[in-house]
Amino acid sequence: MTLVKTKIGRRAFIRNTGLASGGLVIGFSWLASCKMTPEQVNSLPKEWFELNGFLKVGDNGMVTIMSPNPEIGQNVKTSMPMIVAEELDVAWKNVMVEQAPLNTDIFTRQLAGGSQSIRQGWESLRMAGATARHMLKDAAAQAWGVPADEITTKDGVLTHEASGNSAGYGEMASAATSIEVPEEVQLKDNGNFSIIGTDKKNVDGKEIVTGKPLFGLDVYKEGMLTAMIVHPPAFGMKYKGMNADAVKSMPGIKDVFHFEVYPEGIEKQWSDQGGIPELVAIVGNSTWECMQAKKSLEVEWEQDSTAESTSYHEEALAELLETPSETPARKDGDVDAAFAKAAKIVESTYSAPYLAHNTMEPMNFFAHVTPEKAELLGPIQTPEFAEKTVAARLGMPLEKIDIMMTRMGGGFGRRLYGPFVIEAAVISQKMNAPIKLVYSREDDMTQGTYRPSYKVKYKAGLDENGNLIAWHVRGAGTNDDLIFENRFPAGAVDNYLAEKHSLQTNVTTGAWRAPRSNFVAGAEQAFMDEVAEAAGKDPLEFRLELFDRAINNPVGDPEQNDYDPERYAGVLKLVKEKANWGAETGKARGVAAYYCHNSYVAQVIELEDGGDMPRVDNIICAVDCGIVINPLAAKNQIEGGMIDGIGHSTYSAMSFEDGKPQQSNFDTYRLIRHSEAPKNIEVHFVDNGIDPTGLGEPSLPPAIAALSNALYKATGRRFYKQPFINDKPPLVG
Amino acid sequence: MATFTLNINGTKQEVDVDPSTPMLWVLRDHLNLVGTKYGCGIAQCGACTIHLDGTATRACMLTVSSVGNSEITTIEGLSEEGDHPVQKAWLEVDVPQCGYCQAGQIMTASALLEKNPNPTDEEIEMAMNGNICRCGTYTRIKKAVKLAAKS
Ligand code: FES
Ligand code: FES
Repeated sequence: MTLVKTKIGRRAFIRNTGLASGGLVIGFSWLASCKMTPEQVNSLPKEWFELNGFLKVGDNGMVTIMSPNPEIGQNVKTSMPMIVAEELDVAWKNVMVEQAPLNTDIFTRQLAGGSQSIRQGWESLRMAGATARHMLKDAAAQAWGVPADEITTKDGVLTHEASGNSAGYGEMASAATSIEVPEEVQLKDNGNFSIIGTDKKNVDGKEIVTGKPLFGLDVYKEGMLTAMIVHPPAFGMKYKGMNADAVKSMPGIKDVFHFEVYPEGIEKQWSDQGGIPELVAIVGNSTWECMQAKKSLEVEWEQDSTAESTSYHEEALAELLETPSETPARKDGDVDAAFAKAAKIVESTYSAPYLAHNTMEPMNFFAHVTPEKAELLGPIQTPEFAEKTVAARLGMPLEKIDIMMTRMGGGFGRRLYGPFVIEAAVISQKMNAPIKLVYSREDDMTQGTYRPSYKVKYKAGLDENGNLIAWHVRGAGTNDDLIFENRFPAGAVDNYLAEKHSLQTNVTTGAWRAPRSNFVAGAEQAFMDEVAEAAGKDPLEFRLELFDRAINNPVGDPEQNDYDPERYAGVLKLVKEKANWGAETGKARGVAAYYCHNSYVAQVIELEDGGDMPRVDNIICAVDCGIVINPLAAKNQIEGGMIDGIGHSTYSAMSFEDGKPQQSNFDTYRLIRHSEAPKNIEVHFVDNGIDPTGLGEPSLPPAIAALSNALYKATGRRFYKQPFINDKPPLVG
Repeated sequence: MATFTLNINGTKQEVDVDPSTPMLWVLRDHLNLVGTKYGCGIAQCGACTIHLDGTATRACMLTVSSVGNSEITTIEGLSEEGDHPVQKAWLEVDVPQCGYCQAGQIMTASALLEKNPNPTDEEIEMAMNGNICRCGTYTRIKKAVKLAAKS
């Protein structure tokens, strides 16, 4: 067993044990009270005993585990409590899960982003379970007058073999609340897991398939008004004026006003990025009435900065690709000298457009601001940051701001940015009423915070034996410099140069599922295929050769490379075996591998026959994310990520004319649909017992390259420009 | 404003709303039936799918004044205990990711199976193509539809 100090979140354990020493904890959150099924109500205990901020044990042995992090469809609401339950040693069927409110005293990092919930929560979640188990054991030891270390636990039952004593957790829960929080606790050995590593279905599954209110948009409260916003129609414009009188008298409309979301001098958090400083609010009794008023309202806007078009972004990025950087991000050896003596040189440029997040549930938030307190409820990935700006904007102390999280109808990075939380709070304060702010799909899609538009140029040199001797990459993005200079193949090529540029634009951008990786992986791994072909080598073997180099004789300081070449090669070898790579299947196939967000993923994509854009028939995917907490949920997440990568690279784009978004709803912005989705997907995991890492993002980036490499095999064309459906590349050779 | 008597999930319900109001907002804002979701408002995403006399229909473009005596079924009325074969299959296959689109997917799938109890893969895809899932649960949806078809 591993002995760990209970230092992480210890404050939480102590503080809450103290608070709960009276024993009884009552009151369920709004969400929990809405979602209880009849079975759950029948099995509810009479009393709950809170052993620490993460969990409470009922007198009947039921356990409620708080899920600290926002749930955006990545399934942490199931996986995180599984980790607590494992160390607590309770049967999963006796666990109820509740979404924790924002509470920075108890929980660390209540944020969904960067695929980090599981990785960074791992230790504290285990400790929360183990600490409570330890306290239950101590309580039993006192009750039975036996040494605690002779007591064993299993499925929520404490047993002392020698004396024949046995009790359920529920029976010891009350006594356990007065047990001192241990200084250190024992964690289970990996081999002894009984919940971790087993398939557990989505804890909200039943509520989802029966249409229960789970999402922010489903919040309806007594006396609540609906609010919508009107934002500038184009980037580079700002509010000038309006005549709202006619609209104010429309049926159901309560008020129409202009307001400042971010007045001069207000202290902003990074999560306020992309926020529009001034907006118009329409407040009314119902959504449809607000939508009608929105259509009739005429607002005057004025030009504030340059009106940018897609053609401008593309030209400016292309120009940056021709501009050497004075401060290269990484430089090993001498690429110029190596290119001068190379037997073969391969050179290609790849590009991708802006993308909108398009979470299925548009942005929304409930706010009820009174002079005494601000109550906020809704879908936000970064509640801790939103709380600070709300406090600053409303001029209220932090303690008076309460943020609760709902389940979210998708995140993909969009809900990291919470200007809509501030907007809701300001509107509620002004109206002196509870309101729910609702973005229409059009508001949501044209508001900004997009995945940046990117271009990257690669140049590779091969010697006469087909060895890679030089690699030069120069990338540029809008509001983002593109390259991860220390990722593969850095460290595997003697002469390596990485340069990056950022083009400042007024079209707002933000993190979009697997930021940067979502483009650069597709480009790099497609280019790798071109280089392997020029070298006359199998693309998968060519990559393995490079990893051998990075393992055995790395270029530069291996610490500098932010990947582990053995684990990288590991997923490629696994996918090679599972896909039977090299065998003739009669199908066009492509391979790619990528490392991001601490996990390694390799994929082989196999296409159906025929057409300019043949459909994906099969994906064989190998993943190394360390210990897999919930294989079922992990596979679901990996499938979703790959479909996301394939869908967006094939079909989706945002474009602009004079700053005005040209796509505003799903009639003009194309998303992948049923008949375009891969037919079969299989996922294999590397079994290595390493601490777990996240899965929200890592499967997306390589899918784009595995697809374009397969498309090349199927069509003889290399696709360089996303979305591929609009690209008409020439036949190669 | 006008009064409409609607037949929803087997119960008569009266609402006083503007005749142009789409059923989506009547259900959500006025009848507290929030299982029917808003995704696009222009019949492109399927999140708002309900049954109108048994046919899968987008509630966001169906005005309350055009419903008349037709029978409306929403996700809340698909089954009493959440045990419709399609709902059961959805749980069995663990379809949902974020879950937001799923009520619409289930309503389209259940209407399909009512008319065609043994659809081929192509028929499933054609019927379901109007329902977007941003989380990419498509492969599991197809699996679940086939599982429901068997039961
Ligand atoms: S909301 Fe009706 S189809 Fe999208
Ligand atoms: S499950 Fe999230 S949109 Fe379908």
